Amino acid sequence: METQMFITILISVVQISIVLSLVALSVPLLILMERKVIGFMQSRIGPKRVGPSGMLQTIADGLKLLLKEDIIPDRADKWVFRLAPMIVLVPAFVAFAVVPFSGTGLNVFGQRITPWVTDLNIGILFIIAISSVGVFGIILGGWASNSKYPLLGALRSAAQMVSYEVPLGLALVGGLMWAGTASMVGIVEAQREAHLWFFIPQVVGTVIYFMAGVAETNRAPFDLAEAETELVSGFHTEYSGMRFGLYFIAEYANMLIVAAVATTMFFGGWLRPFPNVSWLAFLDIFNFILPGQWGPFMSGLMWVIIKVSCFIFLYYWIRATFPRYRYDQLMSIGWKWLLPLALANIMGTGALLLWLGQTG
Amino acid sequence: MIAYLPVLLFILAAIAFGAVNLILSWIVRPARYDPVKMSPYECGIETLHDPRQRYSVHYYLIAVLFIVFDVETVFLFPWAVQYKVLGWFGFVEMSVFILILVIAYLYAWKKGALEWV
Repeated sequence: METQMFITILISVVQISIVLSLVALSVPLLILMERKVIGFMQSRIGPKRVGPSGMLQTIADGLKLLLKEDIIPDRADKWVFRLAPMIVLVPAFVAFAVVPFSGTGLNVFGQRITPWVTDLNIGILFIIAISSVGVFGIILGGWASNSKYPLLGALRSAAQMVSYEVPLGLALVGGLMWAGTASMVGIVEAQREAHLWFFIPQVVGTVIYFMAGVAETNRAPFDLAEAETELVSGFHTEYSGMRFGLYFIAEYANMLIVAAVATTMFFGGWLRPFPNVSWLAFLDIFNFILPGQWGPFMSGLMWVIIKVSCFIFLYYWIRATFPRYRYDQLMSIGWKWLLPLALANIMGTGALLLWLGQTG
Repeated sequence: MIAYLPVLLFILAAIAFGAVNLILSWIVRPARYDPVKMSPYECGIETLHDPRQRYSVHYYLIAVLFIVFDVETVFLFPWAVQYKVLGWFGFVEMSVFILILVIAYLYAWKKGALEWV
């Protein structure tokens, strides 16, 4: 019994290390991708000096942050100031605990290793709950700085994040009604059984979710909190060195979470397009290249990575395309458009499910 | 509850990740104190006033509205998961619930709680 417990914990530790390093290592990649994508969209090349075609640019930036002096203003609340970046970082990472990265697990030394750290039956609720903790870190960081720009930025950020949390949650409700479960793995399985990505009946929900997700992560065009023309750089104006780095990592981890939830909820997670059409099976390309259990595992992982990357690309595309909104516009989009639309979407989904006779 | 054990471990691992980064940086970074450098950022001029002054009441209104609607979202989640089981009963129940909420929402809109300026 005790050895079994020990093995379970050991497997968890291995999974957590893999997921954590995957996320932490993808952050420099995402930043490089952002600069390159936006560069090309604006007819520039983007970073190109460090490493072959600028590949090592973000590594160099990270090292620079590590070597920078950590400035804590004299008037700041020292301990809250130190604590705040961690409050943002930890929830951003922990949300990955329930994200399924592939469909089938691996058998290593007779132990089954699942491609998700844990499969909670309240998966979606867990992610929403844990990612809303991040807003505390932002408002505490801004408040503890005891300086004008961070305080204003933190207030704006907090108001924006709580405003958009409502449509974000409501947009997911429609998908949950189709899935009939809140477990992340269960949702993808439900899409396999329904022969349908929930994006198709939930177009409105997907659009609302993604708009709210962009606002939740304080990204352009909803990056009012960091409106540099007005607020220098918002709640992290006073932060420098690695503490600023932690805020930065958390921001990109949050983007990944929004993309991963959208992938799982609306775009079939690890499933290939049209999972029920058998002649499309060749799309699961790793099934033919790799032997045994590695084939399905890598195919699933490939689809998750492709879908998440598409969402991340969409983030950058939106950032390069749209100008920043005014704050009152931001609030009226959230409260006057997205919220009623999300409620209507829920009632519409309910009526559609009744009409299709999908209810018992 | 065993499913939540990895979450706990994950929280510890995430804290460790942040701590290792900060400690690493603490070892290698310089630390030169300077009273001007440590003063709050104010676009280069000397700091005026305490930043913690009164701010717009709208932030408070937004917080109240958030609590109202987020609690509603939490109510909707279990209902949505069980929707296919509940059928017509669930649909009618939730219509009543959402209708009451929409009335409150329209009232808040009419009173101008959703206007920012």
